[in-house]
Amino acid sequence: MGFKLTEEFKAKAAHICARYPRRDASLIPLLHEIQEEAGYVAEEAMDELARFLELPYSRVKAVVTFYTMFNREPAGKYHLQVCRNISCHMAGAPGLLGHLREKLTIAEGETTADGLFTLSTVECLGACGSAPVMQVNEDYFENLNIEKLDSLLEDLKHGKYPSKR
Amino acid sequence: MENILLRDKVSDLESYFAAGGYRPLKKALALKPADIVEEVKKSGMRGRGGAGFPTGLKWSFIPKDAPGPRYLVCNADEGEPGTFKDRELIIQNPHALIEGMAIAGYAIGAAHGYIYIRGEFTAETELLEKAIAAARSKGFIGKNILGSGFNFELFLHRGAGAYICGEETALLESLEGFKGQPRLKPPFPAVKGLFGSPTVINNVETLAAVPAIIEHGGEWYAAIGTPKSTGTKLFCVSGPVNKPGVYELPLGLTFKDLLEKSCGGMKKGKRLKAVIPGGSSTPVLTAEEAWAVKLDYESLAMAGSMLGSGAVIVIDESQCMVKLLQVLARFYHHESCGQCTPCREGCGWIEKILNRLEEGIGSDKDIDTLYSVAEGMMGRTICPLSDAMAMPVMSFVKKFRSEFEAHAAGKCCPAEVK
Repeated sequence: MGFKLTEEFKAKAAHICARYPRRDASLIPLLHEIQEEAGYVAEEAMDELARFLELPYSRVKAVVTFYTMFNREPAGKYHLQVCRNISCHMAGAPGLLGHLREKLTIAEGETTADGLFTLSTVECLGACGSAPVMQVNEDYFENLNIEKLDSLLEDLKHGKYPSKR
Repeated sequence: MENILLRDKVSDLESYFAAGGYRPLKKALALKPADIVEEVKKSGMRGRGGAGFPTGLKWSFIPKDAPGPRYLVCNADEGEPGTFKDRELIIQNPHALIEGMAIAGYAIGAAHGYIYIRGEFTAETELLEKAIAAARSKGFIGKNILGSGFNFELFLHRGAGAYICGEETALLESLEGFKGQPRLKPPFPAVKGLFGSPTVINNVETLAAVPAIIEHGGEWYAAIGTPKSTGTKLFCVSGPVNKPGVYELPLGLTFKDLLEKSCGGMKKGKRLKAVIPGGSSTPVLTAEEAWAVKLDYESLAMAGSMLGSGAVIVIDESQCMVKLLQVLARFYHHESCGQCTPCREGCGWIEKILNRLEEGIGSDKDIDTLYSVAEGMMGRTICPLSDAMAMPVMSFVKKFRSEFEAHAAGKCCPAEVK
């Protein structure tokens, strides 16, 4: 199935492009828009966006692959992103990660068979004072431990998205 | 003393205004731009992002007679491991940043400002969007601000996950819609920056201090802290302390006071082993060095490290220094943009050698190789990411060599064995 940029997207894009003196500066914000809508940035979407911004496809692909936030494949409903940098490491991130691997029986970069959880490791999320931290989709969950992690997973399994902080 | 940046109950426009907010902007708009630059120079404030370059001087590098647009960019791409102050500042006091940007924009003659914010900071982005809209609705941002004839538009631009974009020219590349690969300097951004125009790039904390400097004067600000490290600084403390968090304190306080008075000391049963005083890129201090050090630009330089972003990472005796360095090496290897060979290859080899040592298959020779690879990376690249990897490696190996040697001898992690 081909990917088409919707009229709604194009209207939003016009608004975003107006913030910059050069149209191609809107490339990263527009990729964010695509990912928010589709959950990831597909090859066809890169192709369409390149055409829309009148850029070579290679430029769009280079940008998508350079920045870690852009997913090139659909992730699970809940994308668990465990910080593993120094402060989180000292506060027990390896234990959390091991627990998640065991409990979900997936490795980093994988998605559970039911499509519910994708597990990733990420670098410093800039919340080191409340380490260890895990980002779920776009929200931070801080000061985690195994118990809190378990109850969070239970909530998510039952479709309950707890308020963060 | 009272906090300048982290203040209670000023997060919305009404309470910020009630507490005296946006008066400095009014005051600034009645001054000549050059006088504002002068006042900021007098304050002695140095950039709070990590490099510590004097802010007023940076502003004065914008060519006076340059035709065409100028830009002001706020670096809110907070990503140096251990650093979480800009996020806190944006949550607590977003209007200080917005007002500071309007004043800075006026001072350098920029009609457009961009806040480049970390892509992961979704909640903070929404919060800033609302704050900018509120400021615009009251005429503090937009056309003809407070009837002065000065126009200043402010836009948010989200990053997408790349540590390197905290480097100012990589940030500009990213803002223009490219991969975040740092530019060769010169030309410096003040001459040829965003979209080829004169540009000033300042950290969130730097810009948020500008309203207070205009309100009370540069001399008032310069009287805080030490003669060369003026003002207050946000210190972000992480690691096994009783009260980790962000603390605003005058520069020049001792590490001991920060740890014991502000952070409530080490967590029960934990003994201090080492401190990374200014974010993961800065050379590590031993406990002995840390207990004796003052936290300001000069004192930390004298102690062989840096104030950096003010991210104080506290390490206790249960931690293995080889393992921690491996964690950092994995990070820098992942974040190297790949443009310069010493960094791209160096970070990779450092990670590989540390993996060997951690796996118990390393040798004493590996330790020397580790050090010499790091030495070869210093000062040989377009941007400081290479140095940011080399500095922790050299300081960890120099100061905690016995732990590396124990790994090489197959006795993995003596720290954890204890």
